[in-house]
Parts: sequence; structure tokens; C-alpha cells
Amino acid sequence: MGRIELKNIDKFYGNNHVLKNLNLTIEDGDFMTLLGPSGCGKTTTLRIISGLEKPQNGTMTMDGKEVINANDAFFLEPGKRELNLVFQSYALWPHMTVFDNVAFGLKIKKMKKEQIKMQVMDALEKMRIAQYADRYPSELSGGQQQRVAMARAIAGHSKILLLDEPLSNLDAKLRIDMRAELKRLHNEMGTTIIYVTHDQIEAMTMSTKIALFSAGELIQVAKPLDLYTNPATLMAADFIGNPRINFINGKAKYEGGEMKVACSLGNFTFPKKDVTEAAPAGEFDCVIGIRPEQIEMHREAGEGMVEAKVYADQPAGSETLITVVCSEDELLVKQIGIQMYTMNQPVYLKIDPDKFNVYDAKSEKLVKFAV
Amino acid sequence: MSGKAPKKPMTAKRLKNLVLSVVTNPFNLIVLISLVMLICLVAVPLVSVLKTTFTLARAEARRAGGQVGDFTLYYWKYLFASKLSMATFWRPLSHSLLISFFTCLIAVPFGSIMAWLMVRSDLPGKSVLSLLIIVPYMIPSWCKSMAWLSVFRNARGGSPGFLEGLGIAVPDWLAYGPVAIIMVMVLHYYAYSYIMVSGTLQSINSELEEMGEIQGANKLQIIRSITLPLVLPAVLSGLIMTLSKTLGAYGVPANLGLRIGYYTLSTRMYDALGAGTKGIGYAMALLMVFMASGCIFANKIITGTRKSYATIGGKGGHSNVLHLGKAKYPLMIFLIVFLIVALFVPMMILVLESFQVSTGAGYGLDNLTLYNWIGDLSEAPKNVNFPGIFKNPDFTKALWNTVRLTVIASIITAFCGQFFGYVSTRGRGKWYGSLIEQLVFVPYLIPSIAFGAIFLGMFSVKHGPIPSLYGTFALVVLVSVVKHFPFASRSGMANMMQISTELEEAADVAGASFWQRIFRIVLPLSKNGFLSGMMLVFITIAKELDVIALLMTPSTRTLSYLAFVYSADALPQMADAISIVMVVFIMLSYLIANKVFHADISKSMG
Ligand SMILES: Nc1ncnc2c1ncn2[C@@H]1O[C@H](COP(=O)(O)OP(=O)(O)O)[C@@H](O)[C@H]1O
Ligand SMILES: [Mg+2]
Repeated sequence: MGRIELKNIDKFYGNNHVLKNLNLTIEDGDFMTLLGPSGCGKTTTLRIISGLEKPQNGTMTMDGKEVINANDAFFLEPGKRELNLVFQSYALWPHMTVFDNVAFGLKIKKMKKEQIKMQVMDALEKMRIAQYADRYPSELSGGQQQRVAMARAIAGHSKILLLDEPLSNLDAKLRIDMRAELKRLHNEMGTTIIYVTHDQIEAMTMSTKIALFSAGELIQVAKPLDLYTNPATLMAADFIGNPRINFINGKAKYEGGEMKVACSLGNFTFPKKDVTEAAPAGEFDCVIGIRPEQIEMHREAGEGMVEAKVYADQPAGSETLITVVCSEDELLVKQIGIQMYTMNQPVYLKIDPDKFNVYDAKSEKLVKFAV
Repeated sequence: MSGKAPKKPMTAKRLKNLVLSVVTNPFNLIVLISLVMLICLVAVPLVSVLKTTFTLARAEARRAGGQVGDFTLYYWKYLFASKLSMATFWRPLSHSLLISFFTCLIAVPFGSIMAWLMVRSDLPGKSVLSLLIIVPYMIPSWCKSMAWLSVFRNARGGSPGFLEGLGIAVPDWLAYGPVAIIMVMVLHYYAYSYIMVSGTLQSINSELEEMGEIQGANKLQIIRSITLPLVLPAVLSGLIMTLSKTLGAYGVPANLGLRIGYYTLSTRMYDALGAGTKGIGYAMALLMVFMASGCIFANKIITGTRKSYATIGGKGGHSNVLHLGKAKYPLMIFLIVFLIVALFVPMMILVLESFQVSTGAGYGLDNLTLYNWIGDLSEAPKNVNFPGIFKNPDFTKALWNTVRLTVIASIITAFCGQFFGYVSTRGRGKWYGSLIEQLVFVPYLIPSIAFGAIFLGMFSVKHGPIPSLYGTFALVVLVSVVKHFPFASRSGMANMMQISTELEEAADVAGASFWQRIFRIVLPLSKNGFLSGMMLVFITIAKELDVIALLMTPSTRTLSYLAFVYSADALPQMADAISIVMVVFIMLSYLIANKVFHADISKSMG
């Protein structure tokens, strides 16, 4: 109960094409995160799902039932979609107490008084704010208001919960607490959650699936760790991961069932099973993507290592980031703990070719998986 | 990210759903109601009056040599190019322009400088003074003209005023006519520039000026090259507002000009519509609309291009106080003396005059009486055939009319204002949103007296199911309501803007219907803004004379108009007493508006 299927959705604001042929399926019980830089259309997607916005093209079904059909100009009203929404601003009604805020939707549904009271108190207790039931929103802190907004969304036991950057107005510590809370809530209640954020840590830590957006287009839908190890495009690779992934230009040749890659780090050969369908045949320019933590760095030369020079080091306590120069390329390397280097010190890099990604420089698509 | 939304083929199903979504959404219904209302009450009257000026009426049919209802240029020709156009049009026009020009010339710099002194200088006693400076604004301009008369009236006005009473002969040119009109208008309209400029000065971030100081500019350079350019748009707005208001003013020029036959465009128009050729009166009304619109569009163009930096405000802490040095005590004394001489003394004389048996005959016990307030007709002095105002049924009737007009009209106006505010804020960026915003603004372009004329023209005849409303109280209410649409909907829009659409959307998602959203979210949240907006409209309508002057009949007269009539009938004491009742009524309303509803007095108009 709670499967959503969006097909060929287009949304225009005037001549601004903000969602481009969006196809996305959200399975029942998913914690689906819409991730992407600000302005890429995440909120718009959420508002289309909730019914507050009407797309010009496409269809949407919920559990097989049609709720949007742009061709027929059919749009089911938001109130009839049995979902609930938490706004980035919380949108708590300032003239109602916490209790009334949470009870509003239930009263609209004409539930019995006792039933309303039970469900409201249950939701408030779940969010651990039952003691504030009689307060007005303005009498609560930001974190508490956030919890009220959550309680309001879960009180009606809707099948689907839509959350638009719910944690962005909280300070760092509260945010980490709320992440845990949300994850637990999702487990306990088993509702489908669609969660919008531009913060990849939030996306990585909470979701069962991530839908990565860029400029109105859906780039990739994948499980968090898959997205991290095998971003489908250069843009996705660049967006996911902090510190950023390293890109090195190289030459590739794909023929005879294997792919040969040459770059400043050496020459590598990959079997067919590691190569994606996007790989062009023959010779092409490629970009190698290596995560900073995938590069092993040694102070002494050794078997199969490439020499590089330290450009600058940034020890930060739990980890140290070192920028090194290897022939022409600048690389970022991440090491655990406190490590000290001197400038221009020679170092030796060891790279596991299975761990990096290769992209076609022209189509910017992934041509070789990391495993 | 650009592209165009595709056109869809129209299928039966699509058509059905499109129609359903328009018809079942109550929001569309209220958009429709708003549009119909505004078109009927704003656009149609203007067009219909325009048509009247090109249509031959019965009275002129023979003279112009045509049939009743024919198309004619008679009225416009009469106005612009006939033997009488000098007296009917050009001379009154030149008088109007002269008055407006000098009023602006004095009132605008005066108000602006005062604002600057109050906000940015270290003038002693600023807090008290800045309150007192606003007081004149609360008194209707026609009350001020009464006060002027009570001081300067000479034998021509029937009974002598205060100065004649002291044995000082007052020449006609001082008592009546342009000088008197300009003086009274300056004392009223300086408040516009004052309020506008002081608002802007308060919002200018003092860091802008401090930055100039850090760059090494001295105080004078800072004022000249930073402060002045920043407030210039506000000064210009004040100027244009004053210009358009003075062009359309009726009460003051009528009270002070007609006694010596000094006509302005507005008084000439009043006469034409009352006793003369109606078509000419309407043509004059349209010309006034045209002139005022020109002023206001000029204002829009000027502020439109400059507003971008006028609103750079922010914190606006005013640490940057200019030290007046030695000048500060003389300046303070000058201001205090000004306020006393120009405003409080005339009002006091007005109050005292209402207790005099004969005006200008001193304040000896034998010349003092309560007759004007509570006298019975049996004890009436010679020349008076009215009882004291509290025994006078005309007064009671006018008081009742005033109260019921202000209460009914302000409730309706404020309600409509919220309504239009809701539709136009929620329709932002849609065609109907901007259309409503523009239609609602039109009454603002129309000078008060011309507005009354247009409604008179429109509703004094029968239109289909709507009977002639001439002489009815309903017409007075209607004209007061529509004239104040712009102000009320501006406050409605500000109010609705504060209610984030997300609050409504949250209810929408929770399954609330449109009406549930309105009644449980929007109305409760807009209550305070509604009440304070209503109080401000209430006060403005209570003060009003110009808008309704043309529509008054003995049974619909308000206090303002009754005072005006008594003044013209050489019953100054009675007129004074009514003015005092009016001022007390308005002051009380201000007090309630301010204390109970937290309304900002400087935001009211008129
Ligand atoms: N009501 C609107 N009218 C016009 N443009 C809009 C509106 N809402 C969003 N947009 C535009 O659509 C694009 C996507 O916006 P949004 O979905 O809010 O992005 P995100 O939530 O990913 O930051 C932006 O370019 C934004 O300017
Ligand atoms: Mg957003």
C-alpha cells in the first residue's frame, strides 16, 4: 500500500521547463530521497505528487489507481490522495495549539472525538512532544516545531509521507538526532516516505533509495551505496561524495571484449563483465574517477606504485586530506588519523583498478563499474 | 531550461475535466464575483459618464439643434471653445493650478524638512513634537477651513471673526480666496510629505551614511550625496500626491472661495452638476480624472525606476544623528510656536466661537452662551431660526447618518478589501490577479469630487433592474465603499501576503475544502489586519466630505455636510459646534484604532 508511479512528467512554469520527462517509481515501503542541488526541481516533484501542482504532461498512479492524467486534464485533489506533507517552513498554523494543529486533518475527516484524541496523543508521543500539546507554535523552539510538523503528518496514518527538506532549518546536532528519529519512524510504521534534500549525507544515511536530480532531469535512481560506488554520470560522481572524487583524463580503447585504459596512473585492462552498455567501441577519450579514500599512499617506493609530490596537507584530527601532484594531474588523497607531510615530499600511490570508475569523456556516462 | 508547454488535443474527457475543475473550485467563483463587482462599480461608471458627455440631453437638445440621445460634441466644445469657456473652464482651471502649485511649493519642502528634523536631528523634545505634528492630519481639511474662517472672517461673511472682533480690519484677499485656500491646504497637506519622507528616512540603513563618514565625507556632504538621493523618491511621491489631492479638493475651496466668487475646477463642476449643464459637469469630472491619472502615473514612473534603492532598508538603526548645535533651541521654539499659532489657536478660537452669542464680539460673560449647543428655539437670538445642535433634529439626523454611514461603509469596504486582497495575492502572476489589482486601484486615480460626480451620473438613472439611486442612503454608502477600495485592498493584500500559501496548502493536503480553508485558516489569521484596516477606513470615511458632497440630500446629510451648509448659511457658531463634535468623534476613533486595534495612524488617508 503506497506504490507511486510517475510517467513522462513534464512541468513548465511559463517557458521555464523545470521537470523534463520524469519517470520514477517508488515502491511500497521505500524511503526514497530526491537529491540534487538547489533549483533542480525536487520540491516541484514533491508538489506534483501531493497534488498541489499540476504537470502539463504525464501520468501518475498510486497503487495502480490513476491520480494524474495530463492528457485528460485529470488531477485528483490533494486531500483525496491519502498522503501527508511536511513543508520546509513547517507551515504550522499559528492560531492553533499544537494539539489542534495535529488534530486538524482528523477533524476534517469527521472522526470521533475520542479517536482523534487518541491518534493525536499517539503521534505527539511518537515525536516525544506530548507535554507541549497546549502550546502555540510560537512558544516552541525550531526543533520542537519540526516535531509538531512531523506529528501532524503522521497522525492521520497516511500511506505516504512527503518531506521537503524537513531538517534544513535545524542546527547540526538536532539534525543528527532527527535523522535517527526519522529512520526509526520509517522502520516502525512502514509507510512510504519521499524525502527531499540537497544534503547528500542525509540522503546516504537514511534512504533505501536515492533519486538524483540535475536541472530538472532524473540522473539516476539507486541504493545509496550503489550510487556512491557507481555514479552513472560524471555529474553524479562529482555531486556525490565529500571530499570530492578525483577526475583524471585518459585514453581508452574497447575492442575484442576488453577495455584498455591509459592515464598518468598507469595502464589498465578490464574484462568485459566490468564494462557497461554505454561504452563506445574503438578508441575514445575517457575520464577516470577515483575516490580520495581509494588511493593508498606510501612514503617509500614499492611494487606497482606511481610517484607523486605532496602539494599541501590538511590534517583535521580524525582524517587527513593530502593534495598530491602526479605528472600533470592533481589528486586528493584521504588518510585516517593525523598524518604529517612536508611540501614537495615525494610519495608513492597505489591504486586498485577494480575500485575506480571510468567515464566516456564525450557522453559523460559510466563505461566501467567499480566493484 | 526553457521550452514551451505543449498544446494538447482537446478530447471529450479532457474538456469535461477542465470544465469540472473550473466549476468545482470555489476560488474561481470568488474571482468571478470580484471581477464582476469591479467592472460594474469601477469600469462601467467611467465609461458611462464618458458616453454621457457625448450624448445630447433634453435640456440642451434645442440649443444644440439635435435630437435627445444624439451624438454631440456640444459639451466639450462649450468647455474648450465657446464664449463662456473662459469663465466655465479656463479661469477655474488656472485657479486650481495656481492653488495646487503654491500648496505643493510650500507644503512639500516644509513636510520633508520637518520629517528630516524629527528623524535625523537631535532636536530637543522630538518625541512629543513628532506626535503633535501628526495631529493636524487627523482633523478634516474642511474643519480647518472653518477654523480659518473663525479667525479671519470679515463683514462679508455675515458675522465678523476673531480678528475683526479685535478691531483689526481683515481684507477680503486674506479672509477668502486663493491665499486663504493655499494656507489651509498647506496646513493640511504637509502631513503627506511628512509621513512619506519620515517613513523612508526611518527605513534607510544608517550604515549607508556611516560608510560615507568612513570614506571621509562631512555631514553636509553625506546629506547631499547619500541621504538626499535616497529620500528623493519619497519627496516626489509626496509632491505628486499633494498635487493630485489639491486638484480634486472641494470642501476647502468651496468654503473659502465661493463667498467672493472665486471658482476652482472642482467648485465649478459642482455648480454645473447641481444647477447648470450636467454634460459639462461630467466632462469636467473626466478632465480631473485625466489630470490626476497623469500625476499618479508620473509618480509610478518616477518611483518605479528609483524604488529599487529607496527600499534598501534593513536595520535602520538611527545612530547617525545630526547635531544641530546652537540652532536647536531656536528651531524647537519655532516649531512649537508654529504648531500653536497655526493649529491649536485656530482650533481654540473655533471652540470658543461656538460659545459666543455674536461672533467677533469678545468673550465677556454677556457674550457667552450655551445656546449653540443646547438652546431651545424659544430662546433663540435674532437672525437665528435653529435650536442648539443637540436640540436640532437636523443635527441628530446628520449624526445618525454619519455613524451609520461610517459603520456600514467601513465594514463593507474592509470586507471587500480583504476579499480583493485574497484574490489578487493568490492570483499573483495570473491574468485575473493583475486585472483585479489594477481595477481596484482605479478609484484612487479619480479625484474625490469627480468620483462623486461619476456615481451621480451613473446611478441617478434607472439601469435595467437597478432603480435610480439618487437621493438614497444606499448610494452614499456605495460611493464611500468604492472610493476606498484601493486603500482597503492594499491593506487586505498586505494582510494576505503575511499568510503564507503553505499554511493553506497544508490544510489542502489534510483534506480541507476551500471553504474550510477560508474559515479555519485564512479568516482567523487575517482577523487583526482586518480590524485595524477597518478602523482606518472608518476614520477616513468619517472625515470625508468631498466624495459625498454631490450626493447629499436633506435626508442623507452627514455631519461634515451639515457643518458646511450652516457655514454657507452664515451660522458660524452652529457650524463650529458641529465641527467640534466631528473632531471629537474622529479623535476618539483614532484613539480606539490605535489602542485597541493597533492601527498605524500614519497609514490612513485623506
Ligand atoms: N511557483 C513557481 N513559479 C515559477 N517558477 C518556479 C515556481 N516554483 C519553482 N519554480 C522554478 O522551478 C525550478 C525548480 O524549483 P524547485 O522545485 O523549488 O527546486 P528545488 O526544490 O530542487 O530547489 C526553479 O528554477 C524555480 O525557480
Ligand atoms: Mg526545494
